[in-house]
Parts: sequence; C-alpha cells; structure tokens
Amino acid sequence: MSESVYQLNTLVKRYDSRTVVALDSLTVYRGEILALVGPSGAGKSTLLRLLGLLEAPTSGSLQFFGREVANGSAQADLELRRRLTMVFQRPLLLNRSVQANIAYGLRLRGDKSNGKVASAMEQLGLSHLARQNTRVLSGGEAQRVSLARAMVLDTEVLLLDEPTANLDPYNVNLIETAVRKMNAEQSKTIVLVTHNIFQAHRLAQRTALLLDGRLVEVSPSDVFFTAPADPRTAAFVRGDMVY
Amino acid sequence: MLKGLLDSIVLIFTGDSALTNIILVSLRVTGISLLISTLIGIPLGIFLGLKRFIGKRLVIALLYTGMGFPPVVVGLFVYLMLSRAGPLGQLGWSFIPHLYTTGAMVVAQIIISFPLVAGFTMSAVLSLDSQLRLQLHALGATPRQALWTMLVEARVGVLISIIAGFGSIISEVGAVMMVGGNIENATRTLTTAIVLETRKGDFSMAMALGIILLTISFIVNVAMLRLQGKALDQ
Repeated sequence: MSESVYQLNTLVKRYDSRTVVALDSLTVYRGEILALVGPSGAGKSTLLRLLGLLEAPTSGSLQFFGREVANGSAQADLELRRRLTMVFQRPLLLNRSVQANIAYGLRLRGDKSNGKVASAMEQLGLSHLARQNTRVLSGGEAQRVSLARAMVLDTEVLLLDEPTANLDPYNVNLIETAVRKMNAEQSKTIVLVTHNIFQAHRLAQRTALLLDGRLVEVSPSDVFFTAPADPRTAAFVRGDMVY
Repeated sequence: MLKGLLDSIVLIFTGDSALTNIILVSLRVTGISLLISTLIGIPLGIFLGLKRFIGKRLVIALLYTGMGFPPVVVGLFVYLMLSRAGPLGQLGWSFIPHLYTTGAMVVAQIIISFPLVAGFTMSAVLSLDSQLRLQLHALGATPRQALWTMLVEARVGVLISIIAGFGSIISEVGAVMMVGGNIENATRTLTTAIVLETRKGDFSMAMALGIILLTISFIVNVAMLRLQGKALDQ
C-alpha cells in the first residue's frame, strides 16, 4: 500500500460518559476511496468529523499526514485543515447564489478566479443555476452545489458524509461520477460514509464496517462484499443484521 | 384637530428654530445610543448564540428581563446612579455624565435598547443550522471568517434587532424625561416636547412633533428594509 494519510490508534471519542467511537487501529491510504458503512448510531459521522479535524478525540492517537493531531492543535492550524474538506449529509448552503456558494472556499483563500467554479458547475450540471439563490434549489441540486463547493478547493482529502442520501438515481449518478473522477484523475483520498452498501461497493476500493463505534472489519471491497472475514460483516451485507 | 394638522405643516416648513433644535437633540441622542447599543448588543448576541458556558441560562434570563424593562424604571435607576449623592455621581469622574444632560439620556437609552439588540441577534444566530459553523470550518474558514459568514447569514435577524433597538429609543419618553429634565435647547426631545406641548394645550406644535417623529421613524425603517434588501425577498 502507498503512504498513509490518516493513522488512527486506540482512538476514543466520548460525549459525557457515552463512548461513540473506540477504534483500535485504522489507516487511510493516499489515493484510495474508503467507505465507512454501518447502522445508524454506529459512530460513522463522528469518526468523519474526527478525520475532518472538526472535533478532537477524547483519547488515543490520530495522525494526519504524519502529524499527531489528537490534541486538537490541528483545529487551529489553518494550513493543515485546508488540506482536507468535507461534504455534510445536509448541504448547509449559504443564502446567496449557487456560484457564490461554490466560490466560497476559494474566496476564503483569497482566490478570486472563476475558472474552477465554472468547471465544477459544468461537471455537476449546475451551470444554468449559477445565479439562482440556493433557497430555491431541489435537494439533489443543493447536494451537487455542496459537492462542487468542496471540489473546487482541490484538497488532497475529501470527506463525504452520506452525499447521496435521499437523492434520485440521476443525482446519485452525477455525484458518484464526480467522486470517481476526482479519485481517478487527481488521486484524491476520499473517505465516504454511506448507508448504501451498493454505493460503497461501486465506489470504494476498501470498505470498513463500524458497529457501536468499533471497527468490525476493514478489507478490500470485493472481499468485504463477497467473502467477509467477520460473521457480523456477512450479516450486515446480507441485510440480516438487526439493529 | 384639522387646524392643528395644518398648523403643524406650516411649522415644519417654516423651519421653526425651537423645533429644529428638538429634532437635532432627538437625532443625536438616538443615534449615539443606537450606535453604542449595537456595538454592545451584536457581539453579546453572537456570543450568547454560539458559546456554551456555565450560567448561560441565567444571563439569557436577565437579557430577556432587560428586553421588557419599563423605561421609567431604567430612568429611575440611572437617575439614582448619576445624581450627586448616587454611587456614580459622587465619584465626580469627568467621563460620567451628569443628570439633565444628553449624556445621561444616552446612558438610559443604551440600557433600554441594548438588551433588545442582543436578544434579537442571539435569536437570529440560534436560528442558523447548528452544523453550519462546522461546515464553514471544513471549507477552510478561520474562526473570524466563519463568524463573519454566520453574521451575514443571520443578517435579516440582526437588522431586525437594530430596528427593534431604534424603535425602543426613538419612541421612549419616561426615562429621558427623568434623567434629561426636558430642558429647552438642551435635553428636549421630540417625545418629551410632545408631552409638554400637549399639557400646555399647544396641539399644533404637539402634532407637528408627532408627525416629524413618525416621519423619522418611517424613513429609518425604510432604510433598514432597503439594507435587508434581497435577503428579505428570498
């Protein structure tokens, strides 16, 4: 495997007395798409926020590009934070035009160019909506704006939290195509949280199953979906898991 | 009443000097009070909307109480504090305003209006999606950039907070009467002058003052609405 982007060891995240994430070990490699699957409440989104340096773990080690960030220091380190970006499950768009939303992260970085914005809008079928306010967009359009806003930043790491939840097949296809393209052409490292195991199978080179905040299994997607090592993974893939 | 209305129009257009002075005092006191209330209230509202700390509920309860504070009680409080025998008045420090000055009126009006500005700003910030700040950080915003973006997102509510603060000040009479004393060419405002002229039976002047007060209030509110602009339409 190639160089690691994330290296997690005995990582724990608690809210008050409730342990939400407790991982022994997990590595995310440069240029891969890793899917995190599991039932609701398994800790997938919390883990993604930890990887996004948006929250500090309660204990353990979290290395990002070889730098220990578990102490929360990275949250103040702008340069480090700007090596990644995240798309949330809800689009969380600003009350301004589609174009302004997509350009937002670039403007934060002092980049006034519009070329990347136009290109991202073109790729995600948003060009005709450029001047529309985001309040009038459909769910699928809003989520595509959210992805475009992250795409234009050209970060090394992209974290996606249920990017296609509740979307129709057309929008799912557009988003999946864009994700696949970013990974193939730019070797972007992508961590994808999804409830859709078919999507995980379609997109990810490796898939990990989380249950009750713990990592049950992480393996190449072909193995994960056809010959999983853990019986709980097999039950989850078959849809037999009761939760 | 009709005669009063016609006389008031004549007074307005002839540029009566007493009337001009009253208008200028009102605008100066209201403007300074609103500016300081905004400078205190908006940061306080943002802080209360975004930060978690021990005693936050108590602070918010006090703020809500302040939003409904009877102006005459504020006037009484400021009067007692600034009077020569009061805790602040007896200090004799130059920056503490004396009673029966516009400075004392500004203090009273700040106390009346800043809880409204802070309270409405807090509500506006709280109405934003709780995950928005995380999303902005995830897009690479510095804390300051994220804060500014959130303030812009809450702009309609923030402007409403300023309008509410302005409304509470421009129409206020009890507190400014108590601490300002309604002194001609010094602390007489539109509201206190209306009370005085009505008591004197000079209804033309009272109506002229009333029309001017309503007009100023209308113009300021229209200006605020223009500032809200497209955000309100959306």
